[in-house]
Amino acid sequence: MEKLIITGKPIIAGSARGQALVSQEPLSFWGGYDWKTGEIIDRRHPLSGSNARGKILAIPFTRGSSTTTAVLLESIRAGTSPNAIITTATDFFFALASVVADELYHTPIPLVAVSESDFARLRTGDQIALDEFGKVFVSR
Amino acid sequence: MTLSLTEKDQEMLHGDFGPATRMAMSILVRMAEVARAENLLDITGAHIDSTVYIGDAGLEFAERLASLGAKVAVPTTLNVSGLDEHHWQEWAVPNDWARQAHRQMLAYQSMGTIPTWTCAPYQSEMRPSFGQQIAWGESNAIVFANSVIGARTERYPDLFDICCAITGRAPAMGVHLTENRAGKLLLQLKDIPEALQRSDDFYPVLGHFLGKAALERIPVIEGMNIVPDEDQLKALGAAAASSGAVAMFHMVRVTPEAPTLESAFQGKPPEEVIHVTMDMLRESRRELTHTDSEALDMVVLGSPHFSLAEFKMLTPLVQGKRKHSNVKFLVTSSRAMTQLAQRAGFLDALQAFGAQLTVDTCILTSPMLPPEVKYLMTNSAKFAYYTPGLLGRQITFGSLKDCVASAMEGKVVRDETLWKS
Repeated sequence: MEKLIITGKPIIAGSARGQALVSQEPLSFWGGYDWKTGEIIDRRHPLSGSNARGKILAIPFTRGSSTTTAVLLESIRAGTSPNAIITTATDFFFALASVVADELYHTPIPLVAVSESDFARLRTGDQIALDEFGKVFVSR
Repeated sequence: MTLSLTEKDQEMLHGDFGPATRMAMSILVRMAEVARAENLLDITGAHIDSTVYIGDAGLEFAERLASLGAKVAVPTTLNVSGLDEHHWQEWAVPNDWARQAHRQMLAYQSMGTIPTWTCAPYQSEMRPSFGQQIAWGESNAIVFANSVIGARTERYPDLFDICCAITGRAPAMGVHLTENRAGKLLLQLKDIPEALQRSDDFYPVLGHFLGKAALERIPVIEGMNIVPDEDQLKALGAAAASSGAVAMFHMVRVTPEAPTLESAFQGKPPEEVIHVTMDMLRESRRELTHTDSEALDMVVLGSPHFSLAEFKMLTPLVQGKRKHSNVKFLVTSSRAMTQLAQRAGFLDALQAFGAQLTVDTCILTSPMLPPEVKYLMTNSAKFAYYTPGLLGRQITFGSLKDCVASAMEGKVVRDETLWKS
């Protein structure tokens, strides 16, 4: 089994584990994520049809709609969100959903930003564990 | 680098201005820290996108703030809601859903906001002016405010816009700050015929391309032969903010912060130059259509909300004509704009044509469509972009004239004259 450790920056600190779902393509959650099921529904997106519930979702950043935050917040409340999200830069839209989930339900989800070159090492299907310091433990 | 707060910011955070302001300020401060802002700045207006009913979490957030006595500190307009209060029963909106969406409308109205219910607040009397610091949600409104007006707002998400409105503050970051408003990417139009530049469908197609090329960078467009009108720039921005994360664009000699190419880039060289050819635009136009079928059940116009000028442009196209009986023809706009259009006499021909009007909402945010409606057509790249995912329907993109002609034929017909190679 191959293992790697990536040091990222915790945007919203916390620990999580799960299987990776990875794409280089940005995603709008509005029109892109079905919060009732966790399915990715942007039919132009490479992950279209995959389910991100309970996974570690890795996408570089969000695109488009300012409703992305609201959709992620609904999915956190409904229990259909990814366990954590890895991005290449601080994503304000995801971070806000996590902060508001903390404010309303005390259930923030961890967010970690990693460098573009580290991001490129992630593969769908990797087993990932995050810690609260932004360390990403990958095994495949 | 840490966030420094004024005395009043601290008082808001400690609850001196009540529990709603404390909650809003607490979210604002946590997010300003996430964004590594050094301080907060005063805003003079806000536009709230959180009005769109998505589900119970958004409603609980709104009702929590409302129950804590939240009031906005600056003039604040409201984006589309989930519901056309007057006409929702003519559509397939479920009763329970309508009740929840209405609760969300009431919660935001209770905070002292202005119930404009529109995604085009820049075409209302609350239009901001050049240089104003504002906190806006709604991607198309953000790009219009920054690019076309020269007001300053970051790309604010739902839920954050209302926190800014309640506190009257926003993080000093991004395009609030002059140095971050410089262009990064240059798009040079190459041999794009002037006749196409005059056509309304050029702008959504260019915008769709722009968003994909720019992603979150600020693009600068050079090489226009004409000065587009405001609704054309609105269509361009809405498209770019759908396919990309564009907060603003410059168009040389058109938009206010780009009198010259040098000023658009603030004297720095572009990071990347793209020569935009007809072939690229043809491909972009193709991407906006998601079906090979000529079948047509419904035409949807007004994404973003139709303006008075757009009603005026549509009137002669439908005058004395009648749509095919199998095709619905819907125009979405705001209450205020629809009333102006009524007074100007633009609605009679439209109603005689067989069109329906919906106000306050957007077909993308309201479960209005009956299941038998499967094939849609639009002149909006934003609507074309989101329809497959949000509505699960087939979509064809065309010009305003194509949309009217297709509604009359009962099937998709598009004039290819300006697009053929």
